[in-house]
Amino acid sequence: MPNLKDLKNRIASVKSTRKITKAMQMVAAAKLRRAQDAAVAARPYADRFNAVLGALSASVGASDSAPRLLSGTGKADVQLLIVMTSERGLCGGFNSSIAKLARTHAESLAAKGKTVKIMTVGKKGRESLKRDFGDMFIGHVDLSDVKRIGYADAQGIARDVLARFDAGDFDVATIFYSKFQSVISQIPTAQQIIPATFDGASEGESTLYDYEPSEEAILADLLPRGVATQIFAALLENGASEQGARMSAMDNATRNAGEMIDKLTIEYNRSRQAVITSELIEIISGAEAL
Amino acid sequence: MAETMQFDLVSPERSLVSTSVTSVQIPGADGDMTAMPNHAPLITTLRPGILSVMTQKGTDDYVVTGGFAEIGDGLTILAESAMSKADLDQVTFDRLHAEAVEVAGTAKTSDIAGAVDEAAKLLSDLNALAAAAGLQTR
Repeated sequence: MPNLKDLKNRIASVKSTRKITKAMQMVAAAKLRRAQDAAVAARPYADRFNAVLGALSASVGASDSAPRLLSGTGKADVQLLIVMTSERGLCGGFNSSIAKLARTHAESLAAKGKTVKIMTVGKKGRESLKRDFGDMFIGHVDLSDVKRIGYADAQGIARDVLARFDAGDFDVATIFYSKFQSVISQIPTAQQIIPATFDGASEGESTLYDYEPSEEAILADLLPRGVATQIFAALLENGASEQGARMSAMDNATRNAGEMIDKLTIEYNRSRQAVITSELIEIISGAEAL
Repeated sequence: MAETMQFDLVSPERSLVSTSVTSVQIPGADGDMTAMPNHAPLITTLRPGILSVMTQKGTDDYVVTGGFAEIGDGLTILAESAMSKADLDQVTFDRLHAEAVEVAGTAKTSDIAGAVDEAAKLLSDLNALAAAAGLQTR
């Protein structure tokens, strides 16, 4: 049986751990609110953008002059996976579930004989994919200095990706991120960004627009921006998911610490009582022996 | 009372303006244009310039640096970056200008047709913008 002093120390240390996890949970809750607000505020732009781009590509897409960002290179041999994770840990299964999805994706592509290239955003995903896919890494974006994700960050990533596309480094690009569903549920998602894909939902009631300059020129101008917009939306979703995952992970940790303290306190009281009882028995039996 | 239409100015990060307006002057890529209610549906890209929004209360000026405008039932401007004209200062302008100069530099080495012309146009657009905002041009 552990002695009293050890138990007391353990209780104290679990108590301070609980304080830390509680504080982290509250910080994550505040950050989650901000991240959610940012994601909601960015939605009108992305929605409008995709609606216009969808209508444009529906009318231009069939022709041969369609830009390569829309029609693709005609092959799918070289696949670029852009894996977005967080810069910090202690957020439950958030990073590992994104990494897992990317891993299965990469393995199935490799099994089909495609060349896989990986670009990571956020150091946690890089760390967990490094061992198996280290030789496929072609780039890494570090966002650890970024306090609030801005459009400029997404533009930077998009510029890098587009430059590689123009150089013929890959045929298809897919981003991996976590979609924010609620605090307790984040869905790891794979989304193809090059060649661009659109939901066909907006097609029924398309207005006939005039275009200035020509349709093709506008499409050529908008598609690169579309890549940046999609990356930006994914980054924001990811940010909200990360904080949500951290919040529920820390909530669990706080609860577990509380249970542990209760258990240890019972054990502590029991062994204190045992010590008192045995002391009493010693005294009584000593007195009887006289 | 003059007719009005719905006007939205949104940037990637948030929605900046949502109001009803009587007319809006847009710095289109092929030239300035004014959109009034019941304008024919049109989509145009933007060049860096000044967006004048006329409401019944008066005129608000915004600076946009690129993006596109969609005229449908109302008018939606999707701007890469947008700010009130009063907020454009020399520091911001210098940063934009430096970026444009960099683009012009890379355009010279690239073999894409018209890249140099486009970069030069971007620079002159920016300078025109600075002149209109009363800033020092480069």
